[in-house]
Amino acid sequence: MAKKEKTVQAPVGEKAVAPVRKERKHIHETAESMAARQRDISVSEFFAKNRHLLGFDSPRKALLTAIKEAVDNSLDACEEAGILPAIIVEVKNLGRDRYIISVQDNGPGIMKKQIPNIFGKLLYGSKFHRLKMSRGQQGIGISAAGMYGMLTTGKPVEIISRTGKGKPAHHFRLQIDTKKNKPEIVSDTEIEWDADHGTKVAIELEGKHMQGRQSVDEYLRQTAIANPHVLITYLDPNGATIIYERSTQEPPAHTQEIKPHPLGVELGVMQAMLKETRARNLAGFLQNEFSRVSKRVAEDICAAAELKPGASVSRMGHVELEKLMEGITKTKIMNPPTNCVAPIGEEQLVRGLGSVVPADFYASTTRPPAVYRGNPFIIEAALAYGGQGQEADGPARVLRIANRVPLLYQQGACCSYQAVVQTNWRNYGITQPRGGVPQGPVTIVVHMASVWVPFTSESKEAIAAYPEIEDEIIKALQECGRKLKIFLSSRKRDMDAQRKQDYISTYLPHIGIGLRELLGLSEKEEHKVVETLTGLLERHRE
Amino acid sequence: MAKKTTPKPAPEKTPKAATKKRSTLLDLSRTPAMKKLTGQAEGIYGDIKSGRRPSLRIPIRGLSNVSFSPRKGFFTIGDKVSKRTLSYQTVKPFAQSVRMMAFSKNLIETDDFASKREVYYTAKGSAKRGSEPGSAGWGPAAFKEQDESDAIMDDMEAMVGVNREQLGFIPAEQNGSVAGELIVIDIDPATGKKIEIDCTAFGRGSYSIPSRVEGLEFRTSAKFVLAVETAALFERLNGHAYWRDGKCIITAMGGVPTRANRRFVRLLADACKLPVYIFTDGDPYGYCNIYRTMKVGSGNAAHISEFFCVPHAKLIGVTPQDIRDYSLPTHPLEDKDKKRAQDAIKNDPFFKNNKPWIHALQDMVKMGVRVEQQAFAARGLNYVLETYLPEKLKRPDKMLP
Repeated sequence: MAKKEKTVQAPVGEKAVAPVRKERKHIHETAESMAARQRDISVSEFFAKNRHLLGFDSPRKALLTAIKEAVDNSLDACEEAGILPAIIVEVKNLGRDRYIISVQDNGPGIMKKQIPNIFGKLLYGSKFHRLKMSRGQQGIGISAAGMYGMLTTGKPVEIISRTGKGKPAHHFRLQIDTKKNKPEIVSDTEIEWDADHGTKVAIELEGKHMQGRQSVDEYLRQTAIANPHVLITYLDPNGATIIYERSTQEPPAHTQEIKPHPLGVELGVMQAMLKETRARNLAGFLQNEFSRVSKRVAEDICAAAELKPGASVSRMGHVELEKLMEGITKTKIMNPPTNCVAPIGEEQLVRGLGSVVPADFYASTTRPPAVYRGNPFIIEAALAYGGQGQEADGPARVLRIANRVPLLYQQGACCSYQAVVQTNWRNYGITQPRGGVPQGPVTIVVHMASVWVPFTSESKEAIAAYPEIEDEIIKALQECGRKLKIFLSSRKRDMDAQRKQDYISTYLPHIGIGLRELLGLSEKEEHKVVETLTGLLERHRE
Repeated sequence: MAKKTTPKPAPEKTPKAATKKRSTLLDLSRTPAMKKLTGQAEGIYGDIKSGRRPSLRIPIRGLSNVSFSPRKGFFTIGDKVSKRTLSYQTVKPFAQSVRMMAFSKNLIETDDFASKREVYYTAKGSAKRGSEPGSAGWGPAAFKEQDESDAIMDDMEAMVGVNREQLGFIPAEQNGSVAGELIVIDIDPATGKKIEIDCTAFGRGSYSIPSRVEGLEFRTSAKFVLAVETAALFERLNGHAYWRDGKCIITAMGGVPTRANRRFVRLLADACKLPVYIFTDGDPYGYCNIYRTMKVGSGNAAHISEFFCVPHAKLIGVTPQDIRDYSLPTHPLEDKDKKRAQDAIKNDPFFKNNKPWIHALQDMVKMGVRVEQQAFAARGLNYVLETYLPEKLKRPDKMLP
């Protein structure tokens, strides 16, 4: 990249190094020499170098992330179109570390001209610019997966999409120009395809398939828990087919898109919004671009900010901006509407959990909507207790889900996990080591649904610990815990009664034998003694 | 049984009528035990037949349910009873008690006996032998530890109100040694004939008290019985044949005397009208556990204390006063010793109203020291038998009652 060194090492780094001399003196840079190398860094280029930020740091994780991004997109698309999703995930091993992953959905398909941009350009998407509950947020994921594939194998991404019966199925092969962050179309043909509508994306990449807590298999399992309305067919690299059936025919409730709440907007975003708005004056801007800001509230904000409601938006400087931000915090503004967030639902969550984790008891709780930094969210928790499949004395399994997407990495850094640790499970009849997750045959599910889930990084692995969120999670877990306690104590009662029964039938015959020997009773009399005593003790239970 | 035998040490040659045989107070036959067992069983069976949950009424064993009358001179059991009604919680011990009673009945019928450990193992036997009453294993009702079977046995003994030996249970303990001018008249188990045992004829060894002492007869020219706490002191006394010059019978209790030891000393003292002196360490354990049990019985077996104690026994030493009189080397009293002494003054029916004893125990606590009976060795190895014992024997007023 750096161009002028003629001698020794050509470092990719920042500083030019002088030709080797005896006293080896640094030649200091000048503004001019530096300017010669200063230029735009494309987003794609940046992510190509920092792929760990997007979850492609190891071959194993890359395989999972690529599938995850594709599945997220498919499910979002289906739900927005009101289609019950049926997806087919396939992982094929081409030998050694080469894999082809493909994800096919029955969604609405993608318009031909959009295909290259969606799959071949980073930060292109429909979701970043709005506040709506969806799996994808930034529009990076799937194109980053394609780019990762290209970087490791040199192969283009393949896309087939059809928008409806009678419409042609388009087959694209795309590469990404990382410098320009632009798709390069390798080929574009119309083909025969047996699906009426939907999209299939296939990426060849370097990966590693392993079983375990962070495997593709586990991700799909948990996806089935969080999405009981989805039919997943999984063709694994060993040739096996695993099908997760729908446990409900009900699609998730439709959610509204909302405008940002004033409290959820940071200074930089506010600045950008000011630039883009069509409103002329400040009060109009506030009313048009934010939720819960009426004329009255807009005036209140302006008053608190000591700005004129009629101030021109285009002439707002930095000082005014700061004043505005402060004014917002001083004004009492109604919480954002909550119809923009849809929970999985207590019943559905139990169904999903029940279809994947067989257990003796299920409990679930959906909390009422709450707000962190102007963003509405809903916390749900569920647990499955007992059953053959769950380890009786190991630590509980914690499944973290955000907007119906399972989170498999960075458990310890995640607010959901920390909340599970902070909840006092001993109150509910399960053991818990100090500072740890509870022990026992339990699977705990925590779901956060929000228009904006605050992840700790772009790879969307852990939820940031806002106190409001943590608080809600703990409350949800406590509610589940209380239900579990009721179950456990009633089960204990039943077991006690059973044990009593066994105890009685074990020892009573000996009273019969003893009395027979002492008093020379007949066998009939001995039986009568045991019978009578059994009746007496069963009636009398302390 | 009756088998012809070659002449053994002749039983008939008891010249003097010194065989002072007295009624032994204790009914030796096992019939009353049998009657009581079946009586209890009938009570249980009656309850069941009339549709009630049966109960076991077990006298509470312990100092809290014991009274002491100086006139009688021994512990008598009170009327506090723990009533154990059959319920889910009690079904196991209840079943074990009933089976224990049946086992005892079988022992009586077959004129056999069993040690505590043997009872424990019998219950563990194969339950398949169900047809043989009394000897079949108890299956799930068997005991995990011997502690459990011992407790059931003790309860049963108290419940039936007879002594364990009558029920066919014998303790397998060391019952102590005896030496001195004494002829014990026993029965040879092989021949059934009487034999005489000369307690002077054991050389450096001694006669061991058997577990079952009922029916023993005695002949002696001794003037008193000296029961000592430790085997070590017994060795010293026996090693110098102290009993010859002292004209006494010596016995080692080996800590708290066993029932057989107590019964033996009692039978001997009654039969030959001999005074009994007890020689223990000078500490609360020696007084409150060893001496008290020998003299009036134990709280645990108060229902039979009448026969298993020696009410006229006296403590010859080592008394708290002896510590001063003989300038003996001492050890400081530990907290648990002090507690034991204070407990005795407050709760032990024997010590409670016994002025000389209250005084002695308080004296000891105040001095804050205890003394061992072997401490006399500090004044010379044989000081205890050459000086201390003769001096104390001349001064009954310096003994404790």
